[in-house]
Amino acid sequence: MGRTLSEKVWDEHVVRSTPGEPDLLYIDLHLIHEVTSPQAFDGLRLAGRTMRRPDLTLATEDHNVPTVDWDKPIADPVSRTQVETLRKNAAEFGVRLHPLGDENQGIVHVVGPQLGLTQPGMTIVCGDSHTSTHGAFGAIAFGIGTSEVEHVLATQTLPQAKPRTMAVTVNGSLPAGVTAKDLILTLISKTGTGGGQGYIVEYRGQAIRELSMEGRMTVCNMSIEWGAKAGLIGPDETTFAYIQDKPEAPKGADWDAAVAHWRTLVTDDDAVFDQEIVLDAAEVTPFVTWGTNPGQGAPLGASVPNPADFADEQDRVAAEKALTYMGLEAGTPLREIKVDTVFIGSCTNGRIEDLRLAAETIKGHKVAEGTRLLVVPGSVKVRLQAQEEGLDQVFIEAGAEWRGAGCSMCLGMNPDTLAPGERSASTSNRNFEGRQGKGGRTHLVSVPVAAATAVRGTLSAPADLEPAFA
Amino acid sequence: MDKFTTHTGVGVPLKRSNVDTDQIIPAVYLKRVTRSGFEDGLFAAWRNDPDFVLNQDIYQDGTVLVAGPDFGTGSSREHAVWALQNYGFKVVISSRFADIFRGNSGKAGLVAAQVDEKVVQRLWDYLDDNPGGRITVDLEAQTVSSADGSVIDSFDIDPYTKWRLLNGFDDIGITLSHEADIESYESTRPAWKPATL
Ligand code: SF4
Repeated sequence: MGRTLSEKVWDEHVVRSTPGEPDLLYIDLHLIHEVTSPQAFDGLRLAGRTMRRPDLTLATEDHNVPTVDWDKPIADPVSRTQVETLRKNAAEFGVRLHPLGDENQGIVHVVGPQLGLTQPGMTIVCGDSHTSTHGAFGAIAFGIGTSEVEHVLATQTLPQAKPRTMAVTVNGSLPAGVTAKDLILTLISKTGTGGGQGYIVEYRGQAIRELSMEGRMTVCNMSIEWGAKAGLIGPDETTFAYIQDKPEAPKGADWDAAVAHWRTLVTDDDAVFDQEIVLDAAEVTPFVTWGTNPGQGAPLGASVPNPADFADEQDRVAAEKALTYMGLEAGTPLREIKVDTVFIGSCTNGRIEDLRLAAETIKGHKVAEGTRLLVVPGSVKVRLQAQEEGLDQVFIEAGAEWRGAGCSMCLGMNPDTLAPGERSASTSNRNFEGRQGKGGRTHLVSVPVAAATAVRGTLSAPADLEPAFA
Repeated sequence: MDKFTTHTGVGVPLKRSNVDTDQIIPAVYLKRVTRSGFEDGLFAAWRNDPDFVLNQDIYQDGTVLVAGPDFGTGSSREHAVWALQNYGFKVVISSRFADIFRGNSGKAGLVAAQVDEKVVQRLWDYLDDNPGGRITVDLEAQTVSSADGSVIDSFDIDPYTKWRLLNGFDDIGITLSHEADIESYESTRPAWKPATL
């Protein structure tokens, strides 16, 4: 019987396999950042252990770095301690670090792909759940906890039970103006936040093939939001073309050998998945969340649901709680919800293509009175590229704040937070209570919806905008 | 890591589903660079509410958390496990755990006992009738039971995690005993695989 893509990649990385025990999996790339690594390095030191492969490890500063005044000392003492601890550890153990001010500083899941370190068929881990992003290249990539970070530092391996496999097939093409973000939000609302639990999910079908690498990263990024262990997409010409000119891509004969191998990384025709879901791309429309988990979403054209309409008791209670927290009335058209802050950024939607899309929507418009728009590039490189293309000017002229690179308001660990009760439309991946600041209310949206919302001040799609006069 | 065989302690009913790691410990509490002290952030947002279960005297010494389904979803932060442990919890009982949380728990020595949804309900009923009541978790036998004997049922845990918890084995030590396998694997890795240095 044939094997699925994820089974092939898995099998290639098994160091040791014993019945009744998890496989010992070799890790090709370990990404680290300031928040989940200090205790891991500490544990290593305490046990008198060394790091096995600093040469397969990359560190960046992203989670709590400031996006203004990044050349000054970090004001928040705890954030500063974490960043300084990372710098100290990187120096002590010989790890390559891209610190604030470096061209490759930024969100770890943006930096890996932009350097070309993320390649098909790899195993990639990071102490961050959105490591699933790298699955877009046909890699098995998943988030790990700090103890596992320590384990990888010490051994470059991880004991892992083999997950089950699932295929999500998206047939047909996405309608014009509908993005990868709308697709994944739709999927999560259909399956619920636990629907992918225990699975490595392979996204396939025409609509997935037609996505750019950026779009594929958006989809894989949010795999974790419906509970999956990881998400991945078979590598193809789109993948190879994206990697080819990147600094760390294989060169010359190595490139040919690599591509020859990558072409074998496809799910065999006779492979069987443990579970399959089929979706029709033509039915996907701009999609936003109204609740406090990523599965509580609806098409933008719909209204805030009535909890009484949920058949399942748990869902009903969850919806009631969510509406109370979100300060929403059942039956209110989603388009009438007024938004205070729009956040464009994060590892879900903070890449150059996202900023181009945002600028295209916003060009010639002004940010609505009483609304603020924060544009935070995923990395310094994305920021510089955007500036080269003049996108920063489009944002600034519209009245937006153009920031430095980092996670920023995605999780509110730096000063970019919502005030209690403040409402945001955010291109990030989590709308949990307090995620963007205590008491903050988050609506997850796509980039075009975020940009249009900034202009109108209420949840909107680009089609709702009056034509702009440039 | 300490060995875990059996534990008896005050059961704490957390009647919520989908308790994600941001609720267990909000991001603002993650800025420490040490491994202890995270109990101050445990369920921080809910602890402002005087009626919240952990604010009731009778549950002060709680060690067995009985939670609704989909416990530990969301961010992979292991601090969620540390916060529960630093607070004093030894066991979390739920009908469904998020994978990452379950993995993190096993590694840190916190028992994530998966039971049928009905068992959670019966434990809640027991705790409603007997606030401060004790629950025993026997890892060897894989059973949970209430002190009054009204609930005795089995729980699921994967055999490998169980073996480690029973023996108090640390992960890295186990793996390093297989270093020869790692070396031989490394000798077969293709030269074109990327390196950072
Ligand atoms: S952007 Fe948000 S989701 Fe992505 S790594 Fe940063 S904090 Fe995590």
